[in-house]
Amino acid sequence: MKPQLTLEDVAVGDALPVLSYEVSATTVVLGALATRDWRPMHHDHDFAVTRNGVRDIFLNTPNQAAWFERYLTDWTGPHGRPGRMRFRMSDSVFPGDTMAITGTVTGVRVDEAGCGWIEVDLDLAVGAESKTGCSARIAVPVSPDDNPWARRGERWRP
Amino acid sequence: MTDDLPADVTALIDRTCYEEAADFPVERGYVWTSCASVENGNPLFWDETAAAEITGGPIAPPSMLSTWFRPHHWTPGQDEPKLPLQVHFDLKKRLDLPEAIIAEFTTVFHEPVRPGDVLTTCQRLRSVSGVKTTKLGRGRFWTIDVEYRNVRGELCGVESYTGFGYNRQNAQNRQEQSA
Repeated sequence: MKPQLTLEDVAVGDALPVLSYEVSATTVVLGALATRDWRPMHHDHDFAVTRNGVRDIFLNTPNQAAWFERYLTDWTGPHGRPGRMRFRMSDSVFPGDTMAITGTVTGVRVDEAGCGWIEVDLDLAVGAESKTGCSARIAVPVSPDDNPWARRGERWRP
Repeated sequence: MTDDLPADVTALIDRTCYEEAADFPVERGYVWTSCASVENGNPLFWDETAAAEITGGPIAPPSMLSTWFRPHHWTPGQDEPKLPLQVHFDLKKRLDLPEAIIAEFTTVFHEPVRPGDVLTTCQRLRSVSGVKTTKLGRGRFWTIDVEYRNVRGELCGVESYTGFGYNRQNAQNRQEQSA
């Protein structure tokens, strides 16, 4: 299988395609259970409202990580290998929200081991309001016959 | 609250603690549930041929790293719920900072996690700040690393959590005193 994206296809300032998704209560609950997060604010409306003081149950953080990973690898294809994610959370995402995930390339480089890296700033927003920011680093092939997943030990420096 | 950190908390810094093995092996059913929850169609997780060619066989999505260590909601004989990131809760109690948030976290991915792996984990307190006052209250920031390894001892990933433990009452008192 040929890589969907190689390092030469990418430049600083490139915008990734926008991913829009209508969040439902099912989205929130499915995401919480898929990440084994049993805390009630992610499935119990009354708890979220009366104990947390928010308007509804809300997306948990590990599921947002899964959304960001899906977003990145939709773009890179399966040869893209996530190296690092850093999260900054400022507000919650609720059922009824339409979330939009966007991304901008902030860095493109080849490390000392010959691995090709793309740095991306990601944002999960609802309307004009940013909810979660994420800085990510993902490895992609430097040539059609390269495969970041084959890198181990000193050749993998995330 | 003084700025001095108790000696027993200082002694915890960089010390390995809460070493344990996961309650269950990594399983593909959970991988598919996770992919379904975000409509992730990456062939690595659905197509045996692609997984064999690119990653040498099935793997779990890297973002699921912490999933494999979240305890069951209930187990036989369990009196109290087991908590992930126990050092965070230990610090809240020891420093008398009843409220806490996770302000930021970073995950670094190393060796891929594969179905059948039983991961082991440990926690390390990396730092505790002096007393700070934020809009949430008066307290301290701390950073905790959680390390994950497979049964071969290979590093699969490291999570770093920056928490802020605080006392809301202190902040309210200060506001009342200054009013």
